Amino acid sequence: MDNLDLARWQFAITTVYHFLFVPITIGLSAIVAGYHTAWVRTRKPEYLRLTKWLGKLFTINFALGLVTGIVQEFQFGMNWSDYSRFVGDIFGAPLAFEALLAFFLESTFLGLWIFGWGRIPERLHAWTMWIVHIGTVLSAYFILAANSFMQNPVGYRFNPESGRAEMADFVAVLVNKVQLVTFPHVILSSYMTGGAVVVGVALWHYLRRGPIADRDREMYRKAVRVGAIVSLVASLGVVVTGDLQGKVMTEVQPMKMAAAEGLYHTEKSAPFSILTIGSLDGQNATRVIEVPGLLSFLGTGSFGGEVKGIRDVQADYQQRYAGNARTADKATNYVPNIPTTYWTFRLMMGVGFVSMALSALALWATRKGTTPPSGRWWRHVVIWSPLLPVFAISFGWIFTEVGRQPWIVFGEMTTANGVSPSVPAWSVLVSMAVYTLLYGALMVVEVKLFLKYTRVGAEPADTDTPAESGEDKPLVFAY
Amino acid sequence: MELTVIWFILIAVLWTGYFVLEGFDFGVGMLLPILGKGRDELDTDNRRRVLLNTIGPHWDGNEVWVLTAGGATFAAFPHWYATLFSGFYLPLLLILVALIIRNMGFEYRHKRDDDQWRRNWDLCIIVGSFLPALLWGVAFANIVAGVPINADKEYTGNLFTLLNPLGLLGGVTTLLLFLTHGAVFVALKTSGEIREEARALAWKVGIAAAVVAVVFLVWVMMLTGNTGSWILAVLAAVALVVGLLMTRLGRDGLAFTGTAAAIALAVWALFTALFPDVMPSSTDPAWSLTHENAASTDLTLKIMTGAAVVFTPIVLAYTAWTYWIFRKRISTHHIPPAHEPREVGELEAEHVAAGEVGGAHRDR
Repeated sequence: MDNLDLARWQFAITTVYHFLFVPITIGLSAIVAGYHTAWVRTRKPEYLRLTKWLGKLFTINFALGLVTGIVQEFQFGMNWSDYSRFVGDIFGAPLAFEALLAFFLESTFLGLWIFGWGRIPERLHAWTMWIVHIGTVLSAYFILAANSFMQNPVGYRFNPESGRAEMADFVAVLVNKVQLVTFPHVILSSYMTGGAVVVGVALWHYLRRGPIADRDREMYRKAVRVGAIVSLVASLGVVVTGDLQGKVMTEVQPMKMAAAEGLYHTEKSAPFSILTIGSLDGQNATRVIEVPGLLSFLGTGSFGGEVKGIRDVQADYQQRYAGNARTADKATNYVPNIPTTYWTFRLMMGVGFVSMALSALALWATRKGTTPPSGRWWRHVVIWSPLLPVFAISFGWIFTEVGRQPWIVFGEMTTANGVSPSVPAWSVLVSMAVYTLLYGALMVVEVKLFLKYTRVGAEPADTDTPAESGEDKPLVFAY
Repeated sequence: MELTVIWFILIAVLWTGYFVLEGFDFGVGMLLPILGKGRDELDTDNRRRVLLNTIGPHWDGNEVWVLTAGGATFAAFPHWYATLFSGFYLPLLLILVALIIRNMGFEYRHKRDDDQWRRNWDLCIIVGSFLPALLWGVAFANIVAGVPINADKEYTGNLFTLLNPLGLLGGVTTLLLFLTHGAVFVALKTSGEIREEARALAWKVGIAAAVVAVVFLVWVMMLTGNTGSWILAVLAAVALVVGLLMTRLGRDGLAFTGTAAAIALAVWALFTALFPDVMPSSTDPAWSLTHENAASTDLTLKIMTGAAVVFTPIVLAYTAWTYWIFRKRISTHHIPPAHEPREVGELEAEHVAAGEVGGAHRDR
């Protein structure tokens, strides 16, 4: 492997890992904030218990999202310095905005929320978590605007004198049409995830054998329903925005849509295969289950629409881009890895739909007046319900990023041209090994802690914490 | 004033904010084994928890200053960002690893009541504070003194190029300054024994820091200084000495202002000595990165300036408010007992005793 392959693997590993925690952070912060506000408004002790319990799970998860995010911010310069030089004028701005507008907000107000018990007025305290949530959403907006620029560069002009892409219209960068469909898709899938986490942890307690106070079981039952409703409603939005994304993608990156299906020749009423056996190299693929016209519908909104095939797009790109060193890939091959795009696209949708079904199932099983169901397979629902949307999101990102290859900035710069020329491969290898080992170890610790606090459950809470603790009383919350 | 000059200044401001703020929480992290040493296991833990709680609500926000500095450098000076981050690859990797284990230590240490668990995270916090405190100094000494950079703006040295005597002295300088700053901060935020010990330590370490810092700054100024940077360096030394004297007098607030000002002025002295370069090339001065040839376009800088003008005051306002909210001194008797969360089995016993258990859930 040369430093290009290593840098790509490193980006893939660190980014997928980082993004396991991001959707949970975005989704769960909203639900914790909601419970906190509900407690302040109604004074029902259950709401405070759930706020504190889910809040702990949130902070356990947030810690890893935060530290792995620092790596992301520095990685562009470390491994992708030529890319950074090329796009810094445009790409740097949303990153700086993200830090200034979102990171400060998240970090400062999370500190206030964690340490605020008994030290700041209750209403204000509930607001601090809402502000954390707003920070996470803003953060997502800016980083997705940056990513959307890579998918569909807009608002820039190439300056032959400086040899780089330069800002022409920042608003255009922020309202890139790819961004306008990607942002809601990501945020809604995060709510879907946050809801699913609540379903998983609360359902575990609801189904728990052995003595449990009726009040507690009722509390968990309602929490399952809150999580399931959030997850289900959000997942409907995910489907709608995902469909819109498909149309935009067909327009701006026809290769990606063709790669999603392994469609080699341009077709009208292109079918969508659910399962393919055999090779995906266009020679002798055997589509086992095929829905006629569906790919055309996903890509164009009409079952009879024309979807361009891989070979035609490749021929077109070769003509347009092969003459320029910055846009010519090594073998002037503009086709991404087809098996990866084909399967991740299906796994994203499939796993997402199963997650939706689980939320609906959880909702049905926790109807009023029912007793907890006792089937063994409920345990699987509990285990998988938080993980499914997380996996679906990972597949979605792998699809969209692999499907963009060989481009680092679509139509402007290939990935091979973006890598740091002066960093030796062994340095990248060392850092990749370090991150992989460290991230692996931290994952073990995180999951153990998360499970422990899940089992602890919503502890009885002291509901009348004084707004201002006395000079010499112990702190309500301390490290 | 040219926009590139304004952004040179703003980047200096961001690093100033970072070193002044995270400087003391690096210091507090490094002081865990020193000020956090008690009569017995429990006392040791309580002391360490006092130390950690002084920075608990703040360290995360403090760290955002470096993320903003990184992001702003990317946006305003892409070539500076690209050359620096790809060039100083391994020291940056070490800093990132250090920040990761340190932050995880802050967040996870209190989540279980287990001595081994705490000892492991304490080690992460100590090492994770020590390494960046040292390495940031090494990095900045090298940035100001110049490193080998070729005509393509690429760094051509390696890790050992950076570990030269001036670089190492820079590292020791930031290490000792942050230790002093941390001790002064602990004195300001605690009461009782820890406060007295922190003040005594601040004085001792502070004198060492002052000597090393003066040698380092004089060396840099002889190398590349100008009138402005000399004045700032002298003021930094004066501020540090005044701060130390205030520690001696028990004026904790003034002492902290002094060490904070010393760090800020030292950063300003370095940036003033650096100007108009952002990364001088030791290979050929013609290949140096300057605030002009490393910069973004005027349009980008204008947009960024707008954002900085509007949002920096807001950030400063809520940051200051947070420090005001958590202004009270902390002492060992404010620390609640360590809490090992009990899992459901143990809780159920209580419910049974309280007689609030409903019909037993049917067994499978």
